[in-house]
Amino acid sequence: MHPAYLEASKLARESYSRLLAFLAVRCKDLALVEDALSDAFVSALKTWPERGIPDKPEHWLLAVARNRLRDQHRRTSVSESALLLLQQTAQSLGDTGPTVFPDERLKLLFVCAHPAIEVGLRAPLMLQVVLGLDANRISRAFLVSPYAMSKRLSRCKAKIAAANIPFAVPEASDLPARLEPVLEAIYAAFGLAWGDIELQQEGLADEAIWLMRMLLSLLPGQAEAHGLLALMLHSEARRAARRDERGIFVPLSEQDTAKWSLSAQAEAEGHLRAAATLSGGIGPFQIEAAIQSAHASRARNGCIPWRDIAGLYDALVRMRPSLGSLVARAAAHGQANGPGHGLQVLEETRSYKARFHYQPYWACRAHLSTQLGELKEAEAAFGRAIELTADGSLRQYLEGQRGRLEKL
Amino acid sequence: MKYILTMNETDADFEARKDPAQADEYWGAWSAYARAVREAGIQVAGAGLQPPEAATTLRIREGQTIVHDGPYADTKEQLAGFFVIEVPDLDAALAWAAKAPSARSASVEVRPLLQTPGQ
Repeated sequence: MHPAYLEASKLARESYSRLLAFLAVRCKDLALVEDALSDAFVSALKTWPERGIPDKPEHWLLAVARNRLRDQHRRTSVSESALLLLQQTAQSLGDTGPTVFPDERLKLLFVCAHPAIEVGLRAPLMLQVVLGLDANRISRAFLVSPYAMSKRLSRCKAKIAAANIPFAVPEASDLPARLEPVLEAIYAAFGLAWGDIELQQEGLADEAIWLMRMLLSLLPGQAEAHGLLALMLHSEARRAARRDERGIFVPLSEQDTAKWSLSAQAEAEGHLRAAATLSGGIGPFQIEAAIQSAHASRARNGCIPWRDIAGLYDALVRMRPSLGSLVARAAAHGQANGPGHGLQVLEETRSYKARFHYQPYWACRAHLSTQLGELKEAEAAFGRAIELTADGSLRQYLEGQRGRLEKL
Repeated sequence: MKYILTMNETDADFEARKDPAQADEYWGAWSAYARAVREAGIQVAGAGLQPPEAATTLRIREGQTIVHDGPYADTKEQLAGFFVIEVPDLDAALAWAAKAPSARSASVEVRPLLQTPGQ
C-alpha cells in the first residue's frame, strides 16, 4: 500500500480514537460510542486517503456520525441516546472549537487495563478502542475466531458500563501499580508480532510502538514506560537481521550488526537514559531494555558482555521471576561461566511444570548439553525443542544444530 | 451507583466468632469496618449473617419442593455478611471492599445493583 495512503489511514484511526475516547469519557458506554461512530469511521478510512485529511478531523467524524444516525429509518432507543450524545457534544464544541481536539485516550488506556478487566482481554481491547484496529486483524493476532473475539470484547465493554469502571487517570500514588498492566498489555501486543513474521508484515509491532509513543506523550515522566519503549525499539532495531538472505533464522549472537538500525538503537538508548532519571524507580522493563542494550553493544565492541547480562538477569528474576527470564538467565550464565554452571542455573526452573512445554527451555538445554559434550541429552533436548517450534525457519535452524551433533 | 459487597469467609473465620481467644479481635474488626461504612455516609444496607449451618436452601423442580439443610453451594468460602453501599464508581467500591476484614482471609465480591428505571 502506498505510504501516503497508510499515513491517511493511520490519521483516520487516530482521530477516530480521540473522538471515541472523548465521547466514552462522557457517556461511559464504549459499545454505544463505537456503534455511533462506526459508519463515520469506515467512511473516513475510505475517503481521507483519496481526498486528504479534513482540517478538523474529529469534527468531520462527529458530523458524519450525526448525519448517519439522523438518517436511519428505524431508530432504537440506543441510537436515540447515541444521537443525543453526539448532538450535545457537537454543540458544546461548536464550530469555533479547538482545532486540536482534547485527548482523553490516556483515560481509555487505563480503562482497558483496569484490574477488573480479564487479563487476556486488555491488549485486544486496547488495540480495538485505542488504535481502532478491526476485529479480524485482532482476532488473527490472538489466534481466536473473529466471532469469539467479538463476543469477548463485547462482554468486556458491557462489564465496563455495568460495573461503572471509572474513565480516569489514577491518582499519583496509584499510578505505578495501575500503569503496570497498561505496559504489560502493550508489550503483549508487541510480543505477538515479534514472534510471527505474518503479523510483523501486518505492522502489529509498529502499532504497539505507536501506542507506546502515545502513552509517553500523554504521561511523561514514568521510568518503566520509557524502559518498555527502549526494549521495543531495541527489538525492532534488529528486525532486518533476524533472518539471512535465504530466510533462515540467525541467532542474536551471530546477527550481522550492519543490518541493525542505528537510529532505532540510538532512540532506545535515549529512552533508557531518560528512565534512569525519572520517577517510578527501576523496574523489569528497564532491566530487559538494559539487557538488549548490552547485546547491542556487540556492534561497537565486537563481543557480548555476558557477565553483565547474567548480572542483569539475576536482578530481573529477583524482581520478577518467570519461566522466560529464568531460562534466559541460565543461557547467559552458561555463556559467562561455562555450560555446567548454565545447566545448574537452568535447574532453578524445576518448580515450573510448564517448562515441559516451553520451547526456549529445551533449546537452552540442548545448547548447554552440546557444549558440555552430553550428546544424548542434547539430542533429546533438540528433539523436544523442535517439536515445540512453530516457526519454520527456527525449526530448520534447530534441526541443523541437531544434525551437527553426529559429527561431534 | 449502588454496589453490594458480599463478604465471604472461611471455616476458620466462622470458628473465630465463637473462640474466646479470637472472638474479640474478630468482632472488633467487623464493628470497626461497619462503623467506618456508616460514618462515610455511604451505607444503603448491611448485615452480618449467621453461619452456613443455620442456612436452609429451597428449590422447586418439576413441581416438587426440595428443601435441604445448609447453604446452596458447598464451597470453601461461604457468605458471612453483606453491605450495600452507594459510591461514585467501581474503584471506590473496590477500595471499600479492600478494607473489609474478610478480604484478607477469604474474599469480597463487588457487584453493581440493577438500576431500576428512573434511578
